[in-house]
Amino acid sequence: MDVGHLAPEIALVLGAVAVVLVASFTGRDRQWITTPVAALAVLASAGISLGLARGADQQLTFDRAWALDGATQGAELIIAAVTLACLLLSAEWFRTDPRRGEYPAVMLFSAAGAMVLAGAADTMEIVVGMLLVSVTGYTLAAYHRASPAAVEAGMRYFLIGALTNAVLLIGVVILYGSTGTTNLADTASALAAGADPVAMVAVVVCLAVGLGFEIGAVPAHIWVPDVAQGSPAPSAAFLTVVPKVGALVALVRVLQVLPADVVGWRPLIAVLAAVTMTVGNLLALWQDDLRRLLGWSSVSQAGYALMAIVVIDRAVMALPSLVICLAAYASATTAAFAVVTELRGRTALADYRGLASTHPWLAVALVVSLLSLVGIPPLGGFVGKLTLFTATIDGGYAWLAALAVANTVLSLFYYLRVIAPLAFDTSPRPAPVLGQWAARAVAVAAVATVALGLLAGPLLAALDGALLLP
Amino acid sequence: MLTAAILVPAVAAAALVLGRSWGEATTRIVAVVASAVPLVLLVGTWIRYDTGGTQPFQLVEETDWIPTLGVGWRLGVDGISLALALLSALVFVVAVSYPVDLMGRHRQYRAWFLFLEAVSLGVFLSIDLLLFYVFFDLSLVGMYFLIGRWGHGEARAAALKFFLYTLAGSLVMLLGFLALYLQTDPLTFDMRVLIATQPLAGRGATAGLALLAILVGLAVKTPLVPVHTWLPPAHVNAPGPASAILAGVLLKMGTFGMIRIPLSMMRATFETYAPVLVGFALLSIIYGALVALGQTDLKRRIAYTSVNHMGYAVLGIAVAGALGSGEEAGRRLALTGATVEMVAHGLITGALFLVAGSFWTRTQDYDMDHYGGLAGTAPKLTGAATLAAFASLGLPGLAGFVAEVQIFVGTFSVYPWAAAMALLGVLITAALFLQMVQKLFFGDLPARLRGFVDLGPREALALLPLLVLVVVIGVWPTWLLDLLTPSSEAIVSAFGVR
Repeated sequence: MDVGHLAPEIALVLGAVAVVLVASFTGRDRQWITTPVAALAVLASAGISLGLARGADQQLTFDRAWALDGATQGAELIIAAVTLACLLLSAEWFRTDPRRGEYPAVMLFSAAGAMVLAGAADTMEIVVGMLLVSVTGYTLAAYHRASPAAVEAGMRYFLIGALTNAVLLIGVVILYGSTGTTNLADTASALAAGADPVAMVAVVVCLAVGLGFEIGAVPAHIWVPDVAQGSPAPSAAFLTVVPKVGALVALVRVLQVLPADVVGWRPLIAVLAAVTMTVGNLLALWQDDLRRLLGWSSVSQAGYALMAIVVIDRAVMALPSLVICLAAYASATTAAFAVVTELRGRTALADYRGLASTHPWLAVALVVSLLSLVGIPPLGGFVGKLTLFTATIDGGYAWLAALAVANTVLSLFYYLRVIAPLAFDTSPRPAPVLGQWAARAVAVAAVATVALGLLAGPLLAALDGALLLP
Repeated sequence: MLTAAILVPAVAAAALVLGRSWGEATTRIVAVVASAVPLVLLVGTWIRYDTGGTQPFQLVEETDWIPTLGVGWRLGVDGISLALALLSALVFVVAVSYPVDLMGRHRQYRAWFLFLEAVSLGVFLSIDLLLFYVFFDLSLVGMYFLIGRWGHGEARAAALKFFLYTLAGSLVMLLGFLALYLQTDPLTFDMRVLIATQPLAGRGATAGLALLAILVGLAVKTPLVPVHTWLPPAHVNAPGPASAILAGVLLKMGTFGMIRIPLSMMRATFETYAPVLVGFALLSIIYGALVALGQTDLKRRIAYTSVNHMGYAVLGIAVAGALGSGEEAGRRLALTGATVEMVAHGLITGALFLVAGSFWTRTQDYDMDHYGGLAGTAPKLTGAATLAAFASLGLPGLAGFVAEVQIFVGTFSVYPWAAAMALLGVLITAALFLQMVQKLFFGDLPARLRGFVDLGPREALALLPLLVLVVVIGVWPTWLLDLLTPSSEAIVSAFGVR
């Protein structure tokens, strides 16, 4: 048992505790201090995660309950980066909020929960991670308790979460009942000896619904647009990205141990991916609200990411494509929400008219982020889609790749509904902006979106040999 | 050197974006100089290029980009790509220097043009399939912003339609590329390997589907009937120089891709389906010509003649891959003709669209019925437009004739019936261009056109190189054929080698 292997998560939890303590013992005008404290904790977490250079050391650790592998590390780094960006965004957003001191603590707990989901090699641990990320998520969504939109978003998030968490628990219980263990490695060997197909189908459905909640996949996806639109903009950025990363890795880790010959989980997840991407895109088409549009786009992107899960173990590029897709999605979505935040949360598409003439750099960042979500080269999203399509065709699901292509063309339509007015119209006067820190977050996220594409070589080389245990 | 040809305009575009304090005159000089650098570099490449060389690609430059996926920054030329890159560089210099209403955004307009030049050259110079795709896709982005921001009329709808159609095409094509790529071992996107190993040979349905995907993608860009519907609105609403680039450079990416990818990398499959492609080419030739004849809008008419002319190029390519006939000499001739057609169409239609742009800057009107009798007031414009129109209808002694005669002779030796049908297209285009010239320049001069200004010095100077080349290729095509023929012969003779 090596506690050190869990240091990235422990750093976040300790950071959250420190934030709570600092917030309690400083005056109201000094509450901003908690943001840099939280940022330091996130940096420490990311640094430790990088330092646990995994390569040949990839192993099940902590009494085989924790997967110390490439998938976990990728998720940890993405989660840490996005959390850092969201902390930058929140610094000025909550400037006048008397309860700003505790906000970073909630975010750190949520990030820790997402990391636990990603690294969990035990079904009970998945449940713990899921509960942690959900409960803190509701708080983040409804942090503006005076705003009806935020409270409604938080409420819807909570109701769907409560329901799907129960479904997840049922799935975990059935799996435990059929194998007598919660450990994933033991589950795999128990199932190899024989499995009941009906129970297995129930497990797949329950897990897909239960984890699909935080993934933003159909059918538990309807909270996503509400949270994207109604909750505080930094929370919206966080909640559309971080839980999704953790839950996707958790889902693929469990599915991997289920015997694909007994239960056809690949076709089931393929259908789920197809439905999710199509529903997300169709509902995004006519949105006149940028944040809501980004919410639906987040649903469709979850569908693309699920494609990688369908072909896991059947195509060499499956795991790298999942990680790259998530990284590209995370940077692009963060950049888009960062622009929204920097523009003080303005959200109607009409308000973005002429942004290119009034705030050229914000316009560039938003266009880069949206084009990356489409998958235009050489941005991060392109490498994501390229590896994803390669893996899907290689794994024998060419029809899914073809459907994803059709969906991508569909998505271009609504992304251009944002891009055209901001680039082609003119605006009479510049819009008010939030401040320097949010602007920095925009720059960092936009540069990351470009860099993920241009530096895909070293990135994919680093992912070469990454494992998904058990 | 090839890398520099791509990077110089790209860097200049970035400089224009950042150079906030630059005035209109400064950005014009920067843009013209930066767009001319690739032309100079490519002429240098042409001098160093060995037409008798045995390697399929020369002057190769290679660096890793994503080694795990077998993707590299790989550039190189054969005769066909060198000719098209030279053409593109020339058309870009002309288009960048052509005066047009910049709507107060001269920096951005010129930056997008230089960006587009960089990626267009990238398409022709890449010998890496994925790099080709990257540049191919980026050309859509550049053109989208040029049409949407600096177009007129229904510019935004036209730009949207253009982007949606062509992105759909290129993504479908990407699936085909991946099918090719996944059969290589070790995995690579290197075109030289793909051509040498023919990865999908003998793979039946997979190969057929991959060919279909790639051809559909390229056909959208070319464009072939029935996936041409994005072209007329894009052309009509784009600013004149952007139309010239669209017709002169971007459409060539489709036919160039057909030569480079299916014809070279999937010979066996291409051979099977060549007759189908012949059918679509004939459809484009006849349909494009007939619809062009029905247009009264000047730019729409030119746009539809592009559909017709690119149909000839596709016909030549399809015939070149029709191995069953055994007529190797005819097939070589057809492919050489197709490549000459691409160059000639770039020069001629580029000039025609620039002339159309000049009409728009003067009157904001493309309706041919509103014009007449301009020969007296605008002799230079009349001369330029008439010369380009005659070249486009295939008058002997001009560039279009050299191309079309080779395509027809080549096609006749393989599919006589196809040549006969394609000739119908020539008759119709002759009629429509003569009618166009007559409507615009002869007859009575309407009163409101009394003050119509002839071509200015900047316009005349820009058109001059295009028109001179049209005549030079028509009268003395040997220098161009020397560059194109060895490469197209190499592609055709590789057929049947098992």
